[in-house]
Amino acid sequence: MQDIPLTVSNVSKSFGGGLSWEFPPWRRRIGSSLVVDAVSFAVERGEIYGVIGANGSGKSTLIRIISTLLLPDAGEVTAFGHDVVREPARVRPLINRVSADPAFFKSMSTIENLLFFGRVYGMSRGQIEDRAATILARLGLEAGLARQPMSHLSRGQQQKVAVARSFLTSPVLMLLDEPTTGLDPRSKREVQAFVREVRREHDATILLTTHDMEEAELLCDRIAILSRGRIVAEGTPQALREQVADGRPLAEVSMETVFLALTGQSLADDEVPAAVTLG
Amino acid sequence: MGLIWAFVERQTNLWKRYWAWEIVWLAYGVVNTLAITFIAEEVGKSGFAAAEDVPGLILFLLIGTLVWAYLSAVLDDVSLVVTWERWEGTIEHTLMAPVSRALHLLGMGLFGVLHAIVRTLLIFAIAMPFFTVDLANANWPAAVAVMAIGTLSVVGIAILAGVLPLLYPERGAQMSFMLQAVLLLVSGVYYSVDVLPGWLQLFATVAPTTYILEGIRAALVDGKGVGDLKGTLLALAGFGVVLVPGGIAVFAAGEAWAKKTGKLKRQG
Repeated sequence: MQDIPLTVSNVSKSFGGGLSWEFPPWRRRIGSSLVVDAVSFAVERGEIYGVIGANGSGKSTLIRIISTLLLPDAGEVTAFGHDVVREPARVRPLINRVSADPAFFKSMSTIENLLFFGRVYGMSRGQIEDRAATILARLGLEAGLARQPMSHLSRGQQQKVAVARSFLTSPVLMLLDEPTTGLDPRSKREVQAFVREVRREHDATILLTTHDMEEAELLCDRIAILSRGRIVAEGTPQALREQVADGRPLAEVSMETVFLALTGQSLADDEVPAAVTLG
Repeated sequence: MGLIWAFVERQTNLWKRYWAWEIVWLAYGVVNTLAITFIAEEVGKSGFAAAEDVPGLILFLLIGTLVWAYLSAVLDDVSLVVTWERWEGTIEHTLMAPVSRALHLLGMGLFGVLHAIVRTLLIFAIAMPFFTVDLANANWPAAVAVMAIGTLSVVGIAILAGVLPLLYPERGAQMSFMLQAVLLLVSGVYYSVDVLPGWLQLFATVAPTTYILEGIRAALVDGKGVGDLKGTLLALAGFGVVLVPGGIAVFAAGEAWAKKTGKLKRQG
C-alpha cells in the first residue's frame, strides 16, 4: 500500500453550495455544481497515467485535490500512502505540478523565480542553479533567457520554465495539468520527450491531464476518460480502442473516436459549461 | 531559517524590479510627513499655540508620521501576502510548497520589517532638515525596544488582515486597508487618544499601535528608559504573544476554508 504512488478513492467535489460568506447576504448563492463525481483510480510506480476530458470535465479540480490545494467533499486521496487532506506536509515534498497557465512572478527573471521555488523545497542556491541549467538546456531554452524577466519570454518559453520548475525539485509524483497547452509543435515535442526521459531515468510517476488525444496516446501507459466529473472508461490505449472498435480494425479507431463513443462528446466542441471554472 | 529567507529573498527581488513604485511610496511618505508636521509650524505662527510649545508639537507630529510610515509599511507588506500572489497567479504554487504557513508568514513579516526600516529611515533623513527638533533628551535604546517588541504585534495584525483576501477575493484587499484606517484613527498617530470620544478610546485600548506610539513618544520626547516603560513593553509583548500565533491560526483556518470552497484560485 505504501508503495502505490497515487490512489484516488471515490472522490467527489462540488462548488457553490453550503454556507456562503458572501456579503451582502442577498448575494449568497444556494445550490451546488458537482464537478468531480465519485472518481477512483490508482497509479502504479513509474507509470504515466492520463486523464483525458473536455474542458470543465473536472481534470484540473482533480489535480488540485491531489496537490493539497482543494479539499474533497468525499473520498480519499493518498500519495505514497499519505492522505493528502490529513498529511499535506508529508505529501508536498513528494509532488510537484505543471498547470496549463505558467504562473510566475513576471517581473522577476527565470532564475530568480526558480531560486524561490527551489528554496521553498529546501534546495540550496548551488543545487538550484546547477539543476536549472541542465533542465532548461534539455528543454531547448537558451542560457541567456535565464536572466531575462519572465515577462520578456514567449508563452511557450514560459511554459517550458514551468516544466523546469516542477522537475527542479525531483518530485516522485508529477502532476502535469495540460502541460503542452499553447506550445508550438516543436516545443510540444521537446516537452513530451523530456517527460518520457524523466520517467525513464528518474523513476518518476506521472499523472497527466490533457484534452490532446494524440499526446495522451503517445505518453500514457493507461488512460481514464473523464466526462462531466465521472470516469466513464479506463484502460490502456489499446484496450480502449478495442472497447469501441465494434469489429473495425484497431488502426482505424482513433482516440478521438474512442472519446466520442464513450462520452457522447467531441473534443472539437470541447466545452462543458461549469458553474465554477477552476482552470 | 532557510525557508523564511526564501520569502525575504523573493520579496527583495520583486522590490528591486518594482523600484519605481518604491520611489513613489517614498515620495508619498516624505510629502505626508512634511505636510502634517508643517501644521505644527502653522499652529505656532497663527497663535493657536504658544511659541514655546511649537517644537514639542513638531516632534509629536514628526514621531507620529514616521512611526505610522513604519507601521503601515509592515501592515501593507504582510497583509498583501495573498493579494500579491493572486495578482501574479503564483498562489497555488506557493501554497503547495512544503513550507509551513507559519514560516511562510514569518518570512513575509521579516521582509516587511526590513523594508519598513529602510523606507522609514529614508523618510526620516529627508524630512529632518526641514524642522528644528531637539532629541537631546531621547532614550534611543528604549525607543528601539518599543519598536522591536511592538513590531511583533503589528506583524500579527497584518497576518490577520492577510486572511481577508482569502475569504473575500473581490474585496479582501480593500478590507485590509480599512483595518489600517481604523488603526490610524484610534492609535493616536497625530493626536493624543484622550481627545477621542469614550467609545473610540475603547478601541484605542485594544490596539497595540496605541502602546507603540505612546512608548516611542515617552522614550524620544520624555527620555523614559526601558525600566520606566516596563508596563508598555509588557503590554506589547502580550499583544505579540497573542496576535502572532493567533494570526497564523486564523490564516490557517481561512486557508482551509478557501481550499474547501475553491477560492484560492479565484481572481475575483
